[in-house]
Amino acid sequence: MCLGIPGRIIKIDDAGKMLATADVSGVRRQVNIACIVDAEHPLESCVGDWVLIHVGFAMSRIDEAEAAETLRILTELGEAQQELDAMRNSAAE
Amino acid sequence: MKYLDEFRDSAKAGFLLKEIEGLTAALSIPDDRPLHFMEVCGGHTHSIFRYGVEGMLPRGIELVHGPGCPVCVLPIGRVDDCVAIAEQPGVIFATFGDAMRVPGSRKSLLQAKADGADVRMVYSPMDALKVARTNPDREIVFFGLGFETTMPSTALTILQAEADGVENFSVFCNHITIVPTIKAILDSPDLRLDGFIGPGHVSMVIGTAPYEFIARYYRKPMVIAGFEPLDILQSIWMLLRQIKEGRVEIENQYARVVQEAGNAPALRAVSQVYELREFCEWRGLGSIDHSGVRLRDAYARFDAERKFAVPNMKIADPEACQCGEVLRGVIKPVQCKAFGAACTPESPLGALMVSSEGACAAYYQYGRLKQREAIP
Repeated sequence: MCLGIPGRIIKIDDAGKMLATADVSGVRRQVNIACIVDAEHPLESCVGDWVLIHVGFAMSRIDEAEAAETLRILTELGEAQQELDAMRNSAAE
Repeated sequence: MKYLDEFRDSAKAGFLLKEIEGLTAALSIPDDRPLHFMEVCGGHTHSIFRYGVEGMLPRGIELVHGPGCPVCVLPIGRVDDCVAIAEQPGVIFATFGDAMRVPGSRKSLLQAKADGADVRMVYSPMDALKVARTNPDREIVFFGLGFETTMPSTALTILQAEADGVENFSVFCNHITIVPTIKAILDSPDLRLDGFIGPGHVSMVIGTAPYEFIARYYRKPMVIAGFEPLDILQSIWMLLRQIKEGRVEIENQYARVVQEAGNAPALRAVSQVYELREFCEWRGLGSIDHSGVRLRDAYARFDAERKFAVPNMKIADPEACQCGEVLRGVIKPVQCKAFGAACTPESPLGALMVSSEGACAAYYQYGRLKQREAIP
């Protein structure tokens, strides 16, 4: 109920009722998309979007740039650690 | 699956754990007074146990499992109300599966179903509305349960029922709100928390501003977190960095889903359909002011509380049950006298043992805390 599941909007079913079909790991399910439609994201533009679905409602668009940014920070963290390790372990003498 | 696997990467978890260990060592935390971070949300509790996050952390950090599981904080009296509605002739009672096994004073919804009540499990409130359309001669009551995460979906379903002129659909509204409850925990005299792992999906709806008072007035840091293991580890790292640098802020680790302003269409639906209750009863925590919502008068005809006779009795938690102390982080589940004996997932006494998001069920299912020494 609270965790939700990512899915991808594949078609708009009923523009009036804000219903769309989402593909959730290969399972197709009708979802309500009223919460992800706004002036910046008109109805038709939602097709193809990755969304987080809670109890049959798309509650958030998953922001790919933000996801990539979080992962980049973690990758850099690892690179910095390796750098420091290399510095510490270096046989300079 | 999109952005699940990426956030379960073990190499990156290793980087984070190294940073967490470094910061914990630099903070020189005494062994007998570890830092206590509370994960507010039951979804986090579930992930923490599923991935064994607690066992990976250094000695200086302890996680406290908070009240953010709506099934777990459902009082006995509310379950009795559900059963009373479900047992009325002509009613189909539709609920999320999680609520089926929560014990009431007489029986759970599952037992009511076995005794002949028409109780149906649904995935979505929209499915309950569908049941109403296909059964025009019956009264369909949907059990509206959950924090701000699911509150908009129930509201939008009511708006849809109104638009379609559906007459035989109503909601037994038990939606609750997390912020007053965090405040109640912060005001509790036995408080010993050093920071919060903030609820990701509640924040997706309400945004980050409602938490500002936690940093400003209570001087506790919070990091709003996603639900994958890397999300949780990164949030712990961010909390430690705040402490190390002397900052107290509300930070957002889960920016791929949570926007600062929250979700405007969802918040519009919520404020259109609901109003705050003066107070709301929580299992284990007692009555908390303004911590729940009910339907506004304009939607009275969709309100099961007005449509049906609901007993609305206040029933005390079982005496042996220490759910409240577990919820406030005063004791660990294994320290409860009933844990694993009188109270098990098969026959739960307290609600924390019922839902997979409850701390006690998670402890029971994933084994009690492993010896930290045994983990490399």
